[in-house]
Amino acid sequence: MAETWHGIVRDVLKRHDVRLVTYVPDNVLRPLIEGVEADAFFTAFACTREEEALGIVTGAWMGGTRGIVLMQTSGFATLSNVIASLALPFRVPVAMMVSERGTLGEFNIGQSLVAKTMRPVLDALAIEHHTMTRLDETDFILDRSLVQAYATMAPVCFILSPLLTGGKVFSK
Amino acid sequence: MAVLANHPATRDQAKVMNRYDITLRLVGLLHQDEAVIGGIGYTNFDLWAASAGRQGRRQPNFYMLGSMGLAVPIALGVAIAQPRRKVFALEGDGSILMQLGCLSTVAARRQTNLCIVIMDNGAYQITGGQATAAGQGTDIVGIARASGLAQSAWAADEASFTELAGLALQEDGPWLIGCRIDAGKPADTTERDPARIRDQFMRGLGVRK
Ligand SMILES: Cc1ncc(C[n+]2csc(CCOP(=O)(O)OP(=O)(O)O)c2C)c(N)n1
Repeated sequence: MAETWHGIVRDVLKRHDVRLVTYVPDNVLRPLIEGVEADAFFTAFACTREEEALGIVTGAWMGGTRGIVLMQTSGFATLSNVIASLALPFRVPVAMMVSERGTLGEFNIGQSLVAKTMRPVLDALAIEHHTMTRLDETDFILDRSLVQAYATMAPVCFILSPLLTGGKVFSK
Repeated sequence: MAVLANHPATRDQAKVMNRYDITLRLVGLLHQDEAVIGGIGYTNFDLWAASAGRQGRRQPNFYMLGSMGLAVPIALGVAIAQPRRKVFALEGDGSILMQLGCLSTVAARRQTNLCIVIMDNGAYQITGGQATAAGQGTDIVGIARASGLAQSAWAADEASFTELAGLALQEDGPWLIGCRIDAGKPADTTERDPARIRDQFMRGLGVRK
């Protein structure tokens, strides 16, 4: 079977013992969510807000379990306060994965506008972030960045470009 | 759950108590191993004050310095990571009203080792005492029940709080205990050193040696 981006993500998360997956769903994330929910290695569930999902992963890390928050671009836009007042000052390596909307064929103006805030906010908070565009780089970027996040106790954000995932296609 | 039948059905019927006194009673019931998360506002100040002891401050406590509304999610994360440890979230009414969805998430997960204590003074006390919706007709225990947290109750008075907290320590949750709280000032101020707070907490949880 050909490798898929979500298969690679699942494998790398396992390799790094990232067992907890909290998310607010997104269509592009669907195969990844289905993959981790079908795999007993993971504890995966939906949350009502992305802030809540980040709080849960923070508590779990302090309790000895690594986790990742999955969300779409609009969800990331709700997080700057809790990243700045919880993850960063307490030095909690929360991993975040954002399905990128708002670019390369976006049809919803709200998505395209809020997407413009994502990288400036990540840069303003000095959070390591990588935009993932290629299947052959996916393992390397995730693998190395998770090592770095846990070694330096710093949050990290992975942006899943439509170039990698296919994105959400305009349909009337 | 029949045991909850003799507790007040609504907020109006519960006695107004003192947050420091209630927190002292809770800490007094705890052994050393339960994790306690203190939310933003005066909730964590009184947890800090009530946790001072002759042999040093109680270790497995986490004090939030921001991230308003996240005491319950943080506690849920700890509870998931350490299913054999009892975890308490102490949260203000203003704060829980900001993140009500987390009650539904706790209910959906049926997180048995989690107990939420709401310090409901009907106000955003730390920012000047502005009224919250809880002071104007919203019943947070009612919201919790409707969110799926069947084991939710108002503490009728101090003895009733002790009884409910004792139940939460002994029996499977998730639990939610509503406490009506007066306008008294907290007994101390939490030391604002996040790196130290997190490190102490993780040592208290046995994650760090
Ligand atoms: C997102 C956000 N909005 C507003 C504030 C300002 N703020 C800090 S504490 C607080 C009130 C907390 O009220 P409550 O949880 O009822 O606790 P109390 O002060 O009554 O102890 C507010 C509004 C904040 N820190 N973060």
